[in-house]
Amino acid sequence: MIVVWIEDQGGKVTDAVWEALTMGRRLAQQMDQPLAALLAGAPEASGLTDQLKEYGVSRVWLTGDERLARWAPQAQARVLARLIEQERPQVVLAAATDRGNELLAYLAARLQLGLATNCTEVHPGDDFTVTRLRWGGSLLEEARLLSEPKLLTVALHVNAPEPQPAESFQIEQFVAQLEERDFIIQMSKMEESAHEGVSLAEAKVVVGGGRGVGNAEGFKSLEELAQLLGGAVGGSRVATNNGWRPHADQIGQTGAQIAPELYIACGISGAIQHVVGCKGAKNILVINKDPEAPFFARADYGVVGDLREVIPALVEAIRRERGD
Amino acid sequence: MQVLVCIKRVPDTGARLELTADGQELDTRNLEFTVSPHEECAVEEAIRLVEAQGGSATVLSLGPEAAGEQIREALAKGIERGILLETDGGEWDPAATATAIVSAIEDEAFDLVLFGNESADAGNYQVGVRVAQALGWPCVTSVKQLELESAERALAKREVPGGWELYPLTLPAVVTVKEGINSPRHPSLRGIMTAKKKEIVRLKPEKSAAQLVKLGLKKPPEGRGQIQMLGEGTAAVPQIVAALKELGVL
Ligand SMILES: Cc1cc2nc3c(=O)[nH]c(=O)nc-3n(C[C@H](O)[C@H](O)[C@H](O)COP(=O)(O)OP(=O)(O)OC[C@H]3O[C@@H](n4cnc5c(N)ncnc54)[C@H](O)[C@@H]3O)c2cc1C
Ligand SMILES: Nc1ncnc2c1ncn2[C@@H]1O[C@H](COP(=O)(O)O)[C@@H](O)[C@H]1O
Repeated sequence: MIVVWIEDQGGKVTDAVWEALTMGRRLAQQMDQPLAALLAGAPEASGLTDQLKEYGVSRVWLTGDERLARWAPQAQARVLARLIEQERPQVVLAAATDRGNELLAYLAARLQLGLATNCTEVHPGDDFTVTRLRWGGSLLEEARLLSEPKLLTVALHVNAPEPQPAESFQIEQFVAQLEERDFIIQMSKMEESAHEGVSLAEAKVVVGGGRGVGNAEGFKSLEELAQLLGGAVGGSRVATNNGWRPHADQIGQTGAQIAPELYIACGISGAIQHVVGCKGAKNILVINKDPEAPFFARADYGVVGDLREVIPALVEAIRRERGD
Repeated sequence: MQVLVCIKRVPDTGARLELTADGQELDTRNLEFTVSPHEECAVEEAIRLVEAQGGSATVLSLGPEAAGEQIREALAKGIERGILLETDGGEWDPAATATAIVSAIEDEAFDLVLFGNESADAGNYQVGVRVAQALGWPCVTSVKQLELESAERALAKREVPGGWELYPLTLPAVVTVKEGINSPRHPSLRGIMTAKKKEIVRLKPEKSAAQLVKLGLKKPPEGRGQIQMLGEGTAAVPQIVAALKELGVL
């Protein structure tokens, strides 16, 4: 059996879950095993079962434990550990989100098993190997996972979701038997932050600035451009470290991963740790005064020039174009 | 309060990655070394906590002898003491790393152990959680704000789309942090001088059997085709506008 842990937030799931299920279903077919899923979140999550069937899940467990509605990683790991004990699956997997990685780390630590995070491919067989992301995705690693069951998380945005309905389908309750101490760490509440403009994660256009922007003031023209294109502004680590932008705007290995239609990178050299954050962009336009900047080798469009001249001129041209 | 922070020496890759001929490692001949930005922030957080609460901070690294460089850098910023778990430089899987860290610190009385959320090179997302589990301590991961409410209580916050999740926790505890929690300081000249006199304890840890075994590294396929140059300086503006239209963003 292959068990996929389903991350739901108040009954909603992200694409990452369907990606993980798609990897799980392929693995189940290769290993000739049934695909099962655990929904241990809020009771509203039970509304997801029809969709799980569409993705090839033939058995779903619901816990219906109200206490699991607020995130409690140890309690979730406890449920998974019990399920492993009862059902003896060959593989347990989750999407490589913050929660997915955290949960499987707890599970691996509790059961003293190996865990391969951020896998892009899985090769079952006597020698169970995986391909996983390293260096934030700029390198791939082939690794062997020795312990049983195999624990892994599925890298985001690598394998597209692909539904394939299950022939049979069965929903069961799983009694989690959780204790007070399983909730030693639990989210107490969520503080909402004021939301302004388009978020980096959702923007169709992102205008990014790096050291070449020079200072916080310099980002004004990038903001104007982003606004005209209905986009968001981001930056390199140099821009956030210097306080020109808040850290939440950082794109890259230790910042945000973006996937817009177009990323316009201004005054950014193209260090690998930055580039891995915008790999998902459909198109990249690089504006840099140095024709040798490494970013040009990873872009679709390039302009050699001083961004302090090019951006204001571009803003002007777009305004003229629109007749304002 | 006694704080420990764990850091890992990694190459700073710059713009191009080259692998060694056997595909086992990054070719580091032309590279400098550093630690993950998450870990730089963990070091800064440890220094600030001790500045505010009193006590002392220790930095630990498991790695080759040269990892003493990264320890020294943390000492120069204001950490009191270093522990180097010296290895022959090969890969240690996350379980073996955690086991070695736990046995090195079991007899010490730390109130808080800080980690990066994930290491820059391996990105396993698990050494901190494994250490917490082995010590039987609570752990919050992905933390971007940490407030100490008393000697025993803290509040950790994680940033998620649309807001912050709050996690109360009781010390002793493990916290793994993300870049953005603070802005790390640079070492002062005086800091660099005094760091030379600070103690680094050197231990040779025992390597437990790996469960995740690296077989080799490879480069991912380069996704992009040929670049289209749109011109130089402001003269390129009409071509940029045309390209924006073609892409349907204008
Ligand atoms: C483990 C690790 C993780 C990291 N994570 C991240 C991350 O998440 N995100 C990130 O961005 N970085 C990250 N970094 C840092 C990264 O390695 C680079 O140092 C950083 O991306 C460089 O930022 P930059 O391109 O703005 O600056 P630089 O590399 O200094 O480049 C500035 C560029 O601007 C150009 N320029 C200057 N003036 C102008 C002008 N007037 N007009 C046009 N062009 C101009 C220059 O030609 C140059 O190419 C990480 C590093 C490490 C070691
Ligand atoms: N060799 C090491 N020495 C010291 N700390 C480490 C080492 N490897 C990992 N860590 C710590 O554990 C965190 C998570 O690492 P990982 O599980 O590999 O992603 C890192 O950010 C470091 O704080």
